[in-house]
Amino acid sequence: MRNDWRARSHAGWWAFLVHRVSGILLTLFLPLHFLALGLALEGEAALDAALRWTEQPLVKAAEVVLVVLLAAHAAGGIRLLMLEFLPWREWHKTLLAVAGGVTLAVGVGFLLNLV
Amino acid sequence: MSVLQVDVWRGGESGSFQRFEVPRLESQTVLDVVTHIQRVLDPTLSYRFACRVGMCGSCAMTVNGRARWTCRTHVAEVVAGGALEIAPLRNLPVIKDLVTDMREFFDKWAAARGQFRPSASRKDDFARVEPDSPRRQLVDAGIECIGCGVCYAACDVVSWNPEYLGPAALNRAWTLVNDVRDGARDERLAAVAGDAGCHACHTHMSCTERCPKKISPTAAIAGLKRATLGAALKGKA
Repeated sequence: MRNDWRARSHAGWWAFLVHRVSGILLTLFLPLHFLALGLALEGEAALDAALRWTEQPLVKAAEVVLVVLLAAHAAGGIRLLMLEFLPWREWHKTLLAVAGGVTLAVGVGFLLNLV
Repeated sequence: MSVLQVDVWRGGESGSFQRFEVPRLESQTVLDVVTHIQRVLDPTLSYRFACRVGMCGSCAMTVNGRARWTCRTHVAEVVAGGALEIAPLRNLPVIKDLVTDMREFFDKWAAARGQFRPSASRKDDFARVEPDSPRRQLVDAGIECIGCGVCYAACDVVSWNPEYLGPAALNRAWTLVNDVRDGARDERLAAVAGDAGCHACHTHMSCTERCPKKISPTAAIAGLKRATLGAALKGKA
């Protein structure tokens, strides 16, 4: 018999889930990203058309999600490396809070056109 | 007197929950509840316990979805709306009712080279290990494991990869890696460096979250990850 959500509802498991889901979504995005960049090989017009397509509001909104996913995955990855490769200490929830804060700050900053 | 509604797993791998009504008592533990059912309501209920004081590691069960030592879990801590759900530990074959087959759990301790291999003989002098030396401190952090299987039952990596050695066996290996008297460091690191070893851990930290002895197997596994990496860089593992 396997565990259900009652066994998994703690910070470390949620952090894993965010890391895994953001990782999968970013992996799905990457080929599309390269495909779009590859349009440059077909000439200026093709790339410009693609870039104009990304100006649509819905695509812009998706871009914010993408930045948040990237921030979450990067901050989560640095959190794991620090937790496992630095001498062990009881700071995994602090690291999680910092990673969450960084993700939020990057997301809000991008939304407000700060970066 | 209030009454607890207790759902208890009956059967083996397949089975169902059976409802019992148990009198609620002051300072009652979950093990008290199971014992009441077996002694008063249904003598055919199978479960395991021995010491009743958190030393032997035999009474762990799944209580309201989470692995716990039942002898030291008060009903007041876990009861939800006057109800308890008591099931066998996850990730282990169920023999009957609340009893699991712990064989694979302990076989993995042996597979992780959980045996101490002395580097000295009886003709040598006593080893002197300073209690506050860094390596002894690392041993202290993990040595109080009672082998209850709570971490193993809580671990999703065990569910996903049945070959995975699991938190308790790796914690044991880490205490021996830090034992200055031990002479099997390289073999032990090789034993825990494979696909089913420390690198399979996803750092969910469920083991650390649930360990009743407040041990962090995640810390031990992280230590093994660093030690096996170090050994690999030196061409040993």
